[in-house]
Amino acid sequence: MKRLISTFAFAGAFGLCAVGAQAATLDQVKSKGFIQCGVSQGLPGFSNPNDKGEWTGLDVDFCRAVAAAVLGDASKVKFTPLSAKDRFTALQSGDIDILSRNTTWTISRDTSLGLNFTGVTYYDGQGFLIRKDKNVNSALELSGASVCTQTGTTTEQNVADFFRANKMEYEVIAFATADETIKAYDSGRCDVYTTDRSGLAAERLKLTNPDDHIVLSEIISKEPLGPVVRHGDDQWFDIVKWTLFAQVNGEELGITSKNADEMLKSENPEVKRIVGTEGKFGEGLGIGNDWAFQILKQVGNYGEMYDRNVGPDTPLKLARGTNALWTKGGLQYAPPIR
Amino acid sequence: MSLTFDDGTFIRSELVTPLPPPKRNIGAVAWMRENLFSGVLNTLLTLFGIALLVLVVPPVVRFLFIDAVWEGQNREACLGPEVGACWPFIKAKFSQLIYGFYPADQRWRVDIVFALGAVLLVPLMVLDWPMKRLNSFLFFAVYPVVAFVLLTGGNIDLSNFMLGHAGVIPFMSGTDTVMGLNPGFWLDYVLTALVFCAIAGGILALLGGNAMSAARGVGMFFVGLGIIILMWDFDFGLQKVETRSWGGLLVTLVIAVTGIVTSMPLGILLALGRRSHMPIVRLLSVIFIEFWRGVPLITVLFFATYMLPLFLPSGVNPDGLLRALVGVALFSAAYMAEVIRGGLQAIPKGQYEGAMSMGLGWWQMMRLIILPQALTLVIPGIVNSFISLFKDTTLVLIVSIFDFLGQLRAAFTDPNWATPVTLYTGFAFAGIIYFLFCFGMSRYSLFVERRLNTSHRH
Repeated sequence: MKRLISTFAFAGAFGLCAVGAQAATLDQVKSKGFIQCGVSQGLPGFSNPNDKGEWTGLDVDFCRAVAAAVLGDASKVKFTPLSAKDRFTALQSGDIDILSRNTTWTISRDTSLGLNFTGVTYYDGQGFLIRKDKNVNSALELSGASVCTQTGTTTEQNVADFFRANKMEYEVIAFATADETIKAYDSGRCDVYTTDRSGLAAERLKLTNPDDHIVLSEIISKEPLGPVVRHGDDQWFDIVKWTLFAQVNGEELGITSKNADEMLKSENPEVKRIVGTEGKFGEGLGIGNDWAFQILKQVGNYGEMYDRNVGPDTPLKLARGTNALWTKGGLQYAPPIR
Repeated sequence: MSLTFDDGTFIRSELVTPLPPPKRNIGAVAWMRENLFSGVLNTLLTLFGIALLVLVVPPVVRFLFIDAVWEGQNREACLGPEVGACWPFIKAKFSQLIYGFYPADQRWRVDIVFALGAVLLVPLMVLDWPMKRLNSFLFFAVYPVVAFVLLTGGNIDLSNFMLGHAGVIPFMSGTDTVMGLNPGFWLDYVLTALVFCAIAGGILALLGGNAMSAARGVGMFFVGLGIIILMWDFDFGLQKVETRSWGGLLVTLVIAVTGIVTSMPLGILLALGRRSHMPIVRLLSVIFIEFWRGVPLITVLFFATYMLPLFLPSGVNPDGLLRALVGVALFSAAYMAEVIRGGLQAIPKGQYEGAMSMGLGWWQMMRLIILPQALTLVIPGIVNSFISLFKDTTLVLIVSIFDFLGQLRAAFTDPNWATPVTLYTGFAFAGIIYFLFCFGMSRYSLFVERRLNTSHRH
């Protein structure tokens, strides 16, 4: 999340004027037959084009899940790559239906920009990357360190807050882009590199010897990343919100894209409610009753989505950590479908 | 072999073979003395230059070729301590860099557009090639229509759009279509055309002009417009490809070529307008030029893409690439106008007076006497604008249109190819591509200048 400070000022200024001007998003989506989804212009593991020229990633898969729920076809999504600067404007102007561009949920964005965050697809937080041979085991031992970071982002503020709160000396060496920053760190211009932990995992791949570096265990900021919709369209808000809940519930109940068809025959009432063989929960959302089944069948549950894009088997190798289910000591928790 | 007479007179019968010039005046050594080491300062500069070359060239060659990785499936191939350029990355992303997200099974359409463009452009650029008139008609009038149909898929239902906004007798038309064409619309169109021809003819007849030729002119206009609508509405059975999924070199070339081709005539008109003696025309031209020159291109693009929809009524949403194209074209037209105005001002007053004394009208004077001289004078400036326009196309990335460089940046973020050398490889490749285009344009302009002999040797 390269949250340029100016984003606030700019998006704030225009945020107020476009709210509520749109017709019901669900009707629009149904009539045009696809979902327009705002993603990043390239963030490893969250939204990036693969070799075949298709968008892949956690944020991308989430949009596909919404398409599966609403239109019954996960492929009916069109992606608009957006920079951090213009993402909110694009949502407000109705250019996109969902913004799924690892955007941090904060009170200022949720309230004054005329946006609604529908949940948290990824719990991120700012961390530190450091050379093993520095023999530092805790961020609290970083006094006097030089820190590489990107200019104009909240990462820079977070570092300042952290070092000041712990009364430590430090020196910031800031660069304009992530690529410059990691190159500077790699060439030894600074002791520590800091950005969000998902970003650290991605940037680490660009180091000459990734194994010579470790990520410190401290997390110095809360970065709950989630999809965003426009204020004032509660029906669409509910659909997007419950898409994520269905994926998390699906993982909890062990429903995957592979066994979804068998689960249709399940006798477990909780499973029956989620795959739509019992109850009419889709009607309340204004979509088909098999909505959750389509999500789980075509895109998969939250765990599958995570493992496929950022999990231990991908180059990013991010452990579930805080993103594990609540039953496994993580934070991913969804209200029940009943 | 000389003749020697008895009296001792000596007459040489042939020339002495000339001695070779002193070694220091010919050959490589002399050339170097003259050009590289002719003074203390030049010697120092030469040594500095050599040092720079030694410093830069071998590492670049080693990185790009000797240490480079040529084969591989993913990032694993390009990891290691002494690895150079990661060419498999370019290979894996190559089609994306050219076509963007254009559907893979439809890319032959882009290939045809590229090939057609090359086939038409090359003879146009070779000055001696015959049939220039036909060739430019094909390139400037037919090619854009064909390219539009091929790239977008055509069948855009322009006739229904026009019915909603124009037409003499809209009630006659239904909405039924045959092969993407609306019979009602065409009936309406023919009638509208006839009415307009009659009006034009009538007006000219009243004014005492040639009614037939006026009617014919208007008729030709309607026929031309009709052919374009016909082509764009006809259902060729091509799959629709939204401009959103265009990208890579395709978008770079579409924006650059459109900008170049439209900015030239617009720029000429604006330049003439700015030097016109008619106050309103002059004022409007000045306002237009100064407005577009005073606004940064980024602002233009951003406004066209994100602010415009907020002001337009809902439902009216021009295509994103089109909005950027219009912005770029108007922007570059303003710059082009000033370049051409420079040329117009360099033409001596005598040329204008001479032309007028020949009895030429204003348009004839401009077309036959002034513009040919003025334009050839400012070829370097014009090409300068073209080259900077070509490179400025990368700015469309900020409005989420992925041009060549944007597509490359997106490719960098693929975790399957994240290595320490990916970035350098990508930018090296981009540099080579941009250099080829810009250097090509610059060499061609030099060639044209020499042919037209613009640097009059006074």
